Amino acid sequence: MAYVHRIEVQYKNDPRLEVRTDRIRSLGFSIEKLHVVDVYTISTNTRDFSAEELREIGNQLANPVVQTFTVDKATITYFDTAIEVGFLPGVTDNVGTTARQTIEDYIHRKFEPGEAVYSSHLYFVCGKLSADALQNLAVTLGNPLINRVHIKSRESYGTKGMDIIVPIVELHELPAAELVDLDLDDQDLIRIGKEGIIDCETGQRRGPLALDLDQLHTIRDYFAKKGRKPTDVEIESLAQTWSEHCKHTIFASPMDDDMPKGLYKTCIQAATNKIRVEKGENDICLSVFSDNSGGIIFDDQYLVTHKVETHNSPSALDPFGGALTGIVGVNRDTIGFGLGAKPCINIYGFCVGDPKTNPILYRGKDKSNPILSPRRILDGVVAGVGVGGNCSGIPTPQGFVWFDDRYVGKPLVFAGTVGIMPRSDGTRNLYEKRAIPGDLIVMIGGRVGKDGIHGATFSSEALDPGSPVTAVQIGDPITQKKLSDVLVKEARDCGLYNSITDNGAGGISCSVAEMAKECNGCHVLLDKVPVKYPGMAPWEIWISESQERMTLAVPPEKLDEFMELLRRREVEATVIGTFTDSGRCVVEFHGSVVMDIELSFLHDGLPVKHLLTQPPALITPGPEPRCPDHLDETIKAILSRMNICSKEFISIQYDHTVQGGHVIGPVQGLGRVQGMATLTKVISASKKGVGLSQGIFPSYSEIDPYQMAIACIDTAIRGLIALGIPLETIAILDNFCWCSSDDPGRLAQLKSAAVGCYDGSTGFKTPFISGKDSMFNDFSGFDEHNNPVKVSVPPTLLVSSIGIHPDVTKAVSLDAKLEGDLVYLIGETHVELGGSEYYTHLGYCGGIVPGLDIVAMKSRYQRLSGAILHDLVASAFPVTHGGLVIALAKVAIAGKIGMDVTISGDMRPDYLLFSETLGRFIVTIAPDKKRSFELAMGSDATLIGRVTGKNLQITGKAFRISIPVSELETVYKKPFGGY
Amino acid sequence: MTRTISSHAGTTRQDVITEKALIMSGYGINSELETKDALSRAGMDADIVHINDLIDRKYQMTDYRLLVFPGGFSYGDDTGAGNAYANRVRNNLWNDLTEFLEDDNLVLGICNGFQILANLGLVPAFDKHYKRDIALMPNRKGVLECRYVTIKPAHESLWTKGIERIVCPVSHGEGNFSCSKEILQRLKNQKMIAFTYCRDDMRPADGEYPYNPNGSTADIAGITSADGKVLAMMPHPERAMEFVNQYDWTLQKEKLRRKQLLVPAESLNMKLFHNIVEYFR
Repeated sequence: MAYVHRIEVQYKNDPRLEVRTDRIRSLGFSIEKLHVVDVYTISTNTRDFSAEELREIGNQLANPVVQTFTVDKATITYFDTAIEVGFLPGVTDNVGTTARQTIEDYIHRKFEPGEAVYSSHLYFVCGKLSADALQNLAVTLGNPLINRVHIKSRESYGTKGMDIIVPIVELHELPAAELVDLDLDDQDLIRIGKEGIIDCETGQRRGPLALDLDQLHTIRDYFAKKGRKPTDVEIESLAQTWSEHCKHTIFASPMDDDMPKGLYKTCIQAATNKIRVEKGENDICLSVFSDNSGGIIFDDQYLVTHKVETHNSPSALDPFGGALTGIVGVNRDTIGFGLGAKPCINIYGFCVGDPKTNPILYRGKDKSNPILSPRRILDGVVAGVGVGGNCSGIPTPQGFVWFDDRYVGKPLVFAGTVGIMPRSDGTRNLYEKRAIPGDLIVMIGGRVGKDGIHGATFSSEALDPGSPVTAVQIGDPITQKKLSDVLVKEARDCGLYNSITDNGAGGISCSVAEMAKECNGCHVLLDKVPVKYPGMAPWEIWISESQERMTLAVPPEKLDEFMELLRRREVEATVIGTFTDSGRCVVEFHGSVVMDIELSFLHDGLPVKHLLTQPPALITPGPEPRCPDHLDETIKAILSRMNICSKEFISIQYDHTVQGGHVIGPVQGLGRVQGMATLTKVISASKKGVGLSQGIFPSYSEIDPYQMAIACIDTAIRGLIALGIPLETIAILDNFCWCSSDDPGRLAQLKSAAVGCYDGSTGFKTPFISGKDSMFNDFSGFDEHNNPVKVSVPPTLLVSSIGIHPDVTKAVSLDAKLEGDLVYLIGETHVELGGSEYYTHLGYCGGIVPGLDIVAMKSRYQRLSGAILHDLVASAFPVTHGGLVIALAKVAIAGKIGMDVTISGDMRPDYLLFSETLGRFIVTIAPDKKRSFELAMGSDATLIGRVTGKNLQITGKAFRISIPVSELETVYKKPFGGY
Repeated sequence: MTRTISSHAGTTRQDVITEKALIMSGYGINSELETKDALSRAGMDADIVHINDLIDRKYQMTDYRLLVFPGGFSYGDDTGAGNAYANRVRNNLWNDLTEFLEDDNLVLGICNGFQILANLGLVPAFDKHYKRDIALMPNRKGVLECRYVTIKPAHESLWTKGIERIVCPVSHGEGNFSCSKEILQRLKNQKMIAFTYCRDDMRPADGEYPYNPNGSTADIAGITSADGKVLAMMPHPERAMEFVNQYDWTLQKEKLRRKQLLVPAESLNMKLFHNIVEYFR
């Protein structure tokens, strides 16, 4: 018997009414008002609630000062249409969970399995909309992949209101492992690889394994030798472990004749190894590539970790959920580093299409499954990273957005986290870990559902309304916050576990098997794993990507203490098996063995692929554009380009001050300009700080991927130098987001970029400490006439940098400070405009992207950070996208003060102003520091003018520009002013 | 009096008082460490205690003189910021809390702490009547707002003594102070408005964004309880304890340096925490 009650909570005077209505109107819906009511649907089986209890529950869920609520009665108000948006079965419902906990606390009784509170939003639309527009509005308010939407007209709403819906998961599967026959012809094997195993129950394919024929042959032969058929658990497990995502086959495979060890070992790892040897005693690396994050020295006591992940495909489907799980997922890479580092800074990066456009593309034929608009994606990913960081109490100061229409099908979402931890607890190095045979396998955090199994393809075929949503996971930052707190603030320091790792891609199938390498074996009891709802098959439990989970190795003698601590912190913990030294990964389900594979085969059995590259034809630039007549207008146009203008609306909705370490934040100066780098204190009692910056140049990739990589590295480093961070303390991270990586041309570009990474990294002696790649960022779908359309992202490399500032009180910001200060340009300008913002603005590509003399730069950067640390500098800012004039404009806007500069040379004025030559800075200094500064910088520094007046005035050999700084500020801030 | 900037917590600590502070944690509260640090710098030791350990009687509220509800996102702001945590307190710790309030003790709530105190009715608590009289609604802009604001005391109290202004971050999605006209009048009459948002030049914000960052009635950034023992505020002074935590410190540094002046280590915001410690000293 189910007892269902519905509580509706409404503001008496909704403070967000205006903003919400305006936002929906700005998306083209001619509504008058959009009200929203919070709905809680309480479903219990074992007991009902009295009227009085329900009233008190209403009181606890609402705020009577500003809200009213109804119990089992429709909210009566004026409207034309009611739209209710709730979650589909199985989607994480954080608000519902909190409401349930409040009710449990109040009635002093836990809900039983199958009992729950479900949250939904009931929107009241005032204003007449056509049926089509209403449907569109419903899709704007909810996402069909995760939300259920119900629409009622005023008439059908009547006095009864909306229908009561309980989105409970109902599964009717036979939860047992099945044997899979691989003795098939190649055609059938290929289908299994592409579309999945045929489910005995439904007869449907279970979704792609992404195993190729070669790999399937290897698996078939392995089991033939064992004289038995594989189970579905084994096949699914191998598919996860051998996936591009886990094994990085493209970076690991031999390439051409000259890279038998593959790109990763040849270009990335080799660079770090070389640097570490060269630096000897001054090596800053403590843990690189082998763990969930990379770790470098902070000081004698502490280390800092850094890791940047991408979450692109999920964010294309559900931008909010995808970005949220991206950021809380990479937080777990911090908590899972060594024995657990504390997340202390988040960073982000978004590559999206132009939010002013609305391309019509579909994933399926006949206008089915449309892509989300760039605006929708931008809003969603911005909110997702925000909610993740804000709710977790991790500051998010650093980030970027890059716009290019080639990201419309597949946005890129970068999410990174810096962690801090003591290097040692006195008895052991905290950055090392090792599961020991006999340790118990303990899974902690959230429960396991069908989330994330086989990604999008599977979910779009699942039509049964009772099926749980599997395409995308929605994170639950509070569950993770509880988990994080109990681990890095308590359990770690009590020495309660020997090893820990994150459950990310592949779920426990990957995390347990990965940890099993440390002791050489594991034995898992799959039926012990706590599940969200009954009826899941063993293979699903094994590979599910449900969020907020980690796996630990707990020694038996510490188990009671560990479990008791987690119980007190209300973090679910379950023993799911034992680490062994059997050399095998054995999995049982209700007493029968469903998987038994040698670890050596699981981890190293995949067949070697040999990749071949074929360099694409060089781009031939057309005739050069002529210099525009009105340079001031061009300057303003470039300053307002989306890639250059202010995106402060993101910075201020991300908490960048929590943990109390704000030193140089995301916006700087009285004029509030977004900088290139941020500086954060992570240990209150230390004067040191952590600087973070990023470099990204997708517009250079097609012209010269090698120089593109160098530009990324240089820019990421230069951002930190401008804060005063010494080059020797800087480490970098790579994130390759490529496209069509089965195409020899794309692979050739990849190879060039990887070689660029090697040269850049070893040139500056800044080691790579962690990286990640995502090789197939291609959208394949259809236009409205059913023509196939492929949209591939430009080959994109993000280089993130981390450096240790020796004394944050010496740091400088980017804003010009005081009237009379001297303005210097550090570095020369060359004609290198290929892929520049200026050329892109003109619709021109260009053939030469900026190059770099790394040896000269190294000495320049050392001298500049030295000058900053010696108090010789008042402000410093790197010259990057948009060139010299854009950097000058930003320094002036930030300082809310003018500058009068003169630039010599015969270069064409537009080239001089907009060329993106690397290695340059704008620096301002106090006049009395002139001698010492010039002495320190030598010929690299050119005095170009003074901080003065209210205009940015630039005089060249054949031109003179004067623009009020206030006008520049307006132009800089206008494009996203309404966001 | 300025100190050189190289001195940090620990070296600048004044004599530590024996009275201790209890800082609540758990369920998404996240500013407990910097709050402990602020008190420690001012000379008061604190224990960070998970709410469940109070419920399990592993710690006693009565062992402490100052109870702090720090900032955070308890329960992810679900069902209204601070509401679910307040429910957990009310449903499990209500007797301890009222007992604590009977003695000569202080309670401080910052940001999420304010939201929790408001939902518990610990502010305004007219006539020691603990009911919800005020609310912190969603910001008028509808999203979380993280920026530095200037606030000034509306009245002198044990909390605000000697404070001219505080410049520190706000970072909340629900800080839009709201109450009835009658309640507002009583807050004014009884001098319970602790801080109001103002402009850089100290003139009132008059509701204008971004000086008043959330749309709060009468620019209210913080209030005290009727008996003055409870302070609840939205801005985060504990996030700007040091000179280098201030938004414009790099400009101020240049100005001081040109005048050959030393750069201070602490920000003026620390005065609030010094006042707390002074109360017990």
